[in-house]
Amino acid sequence: MLSAAGPTHAGPVRIPMEHGFSPYTDNGGTTLAIAGDDYVIVAGDTRQSEGYSINTRYCPKVFKLDNNCVLATGGMAADGQNLVRRLKQSIEQYHHVHAKTMSPSALAQLLSVVLYGKRHFPYFVWNTLGGLDADGSGWVYSYDPVGNVEKRKWACAGSAGHLIMPFLDAKIGHHHQSQIDAKTEGKPGSVPFDTAMKYTKDAFTSATERDIYTGDLLEIFVIRKSGVTVEQIPLKRD
Amino acid sequence: MKAPRATSTGTTIVGCIYDGGLVLGADTRATEGPIVADKNCEKIHYLAPNMYCCGAGTAADTEFTTALISSNLELHRLSTGRDARVVTAMTMLKQMLFKYQGHIGAALVLGGYDVNGPQLYTIAPHGSTDKLPYVTMGSGSMAAMAIFESRWKKGMTREQAVELVKDAIESGVFNDLGSGSNVDVCVITKSKVDYLRNYRKPNEREPKEQSYKFKRGTTAVLTTEITSLVDIETEPSNAGASEGRA
Repeated sequence: MLSAAGPTHAGPVRIPMEHGFSPYTDNGGTTLAIAGDDYVIVAGDTRQSEGYSINTRYCPKVFKLDNNCVLATGGMAADGQNLVRRLKQSIEQYHHVHAKTMSPSALAQLLSVVLYGKRHFPYFVWNTLGGLDADGSGWVYSYDPVGNVEKRKWACAGSAGHLIMPFLDAKIGHHHQSQIDAKTEGKPGSVPFDTAMKYTKDAFTSATERDIYTGDLLEIFVIRKSGVTVEQIPLKRD
Repeated sequence: MKAPRATSTGTTIVGCIYDGGLVLGADTRATEGPIVADKNCEKIHYLAPNMYCCGAGTAADTEFTTALISSNLELHRLSTGRDARVVTAMTMLKQMLFKYQGHIGAALVLGGYDVNGPQLYTIAPHGSTDKLPYVTMGSGSMAAMAIFESRWKKGMTREQAVELVKDAIESGVFNDLGSGSNVDVCVITKSKVDYLRNYRKPNEREPKEQSYKFKRGTTAVLTTEITSLVDIETEPSNAGASEGRA
């Protein structure tokens, strides 16, 4: 938004006109990722909004990258899409130069460097990257807008991130709980796939109930050794 | 430190006159910033037996202004011995809101039926009013007005008016993030009011994937200690012993 302030006093001195420019906007939406022993779930809703308006009910913010990794971007949609475009270019160039696909850990480090490269004009994006390591076990890397990384087993971000995080801490981290049924609920930080899918769906339907920026459609990406699959689930549209 | 934020009813409220009466409508979502505070609140308030009032803006302000004016209208009715007129309620509301220079954040849609037939007003927080055959207010007012402007016509029946009001509210519910959940409708005619609470429920939640009830014993017991709250003293069996001490 541009604004111009008029002269503040009369006289021979000309006050330079100030221009205000605000390059950022928050397009809302929520992302979530759960890593297991042999899979990673990366999910996000597809509502894109600004203020009290819905720009579109379908604007994906979770992207499959060319090396069996999936990136979820929350925050400003334009910055997220641009970041993904740059990452895809870098992954392809890496492929040509080194004649091999980029490992998830290398991509995780690259993303951090790319984000920090814009330290003084950051991408307004909260990233969550999912991938399988060399042993085939799932990991999630979560980022702040300027490239701080943390390697975890579960993460969530975006407008309803603060609503979902304590749910994941309780159900996946099993914090302060005894008598956990290992068969259905797994060990702390390692949940069976079917259970993790249930948690993902319930996290989003619950977030849709209470967060006005989350809704319309849920897109769930599942990374396995065999490749990446996508599932779409309708969410409430109010 | 920032001042406390009041619960705002980011809202869609509407009203529409038809031949022989009028219809008021409202959504049922109350918000606190980006969070839904109440999924099924009531925004159509009672003013008098022949008058109801939809409120948008600061929840407490709409609640208390309508309650205060409702109270004064009751006294007015008792004093004059006849039903109060809609203009009277409108004037009382606008004079109160103007006195507070907009600091009472109530945006209202007032509807009622009196000796002059059905009437519909909007009252803005600063006290300005409009008298129109169809009105909308709140954050969803543009979405709702789009429906009215494309489909409203003179001389509608009650059924047509209720259908139009329902569609106007649903337009706000689905296109405005400040509005949501259910549709409340209130039909006011010459001698009857039909308050149709939750006339439509287009946003019912589907059942969850599983139950999240914690098993008994989930919280570990680390230590157990039983403290007696009373001292139990037994009477000495030997009477001579107590005598000896004295």
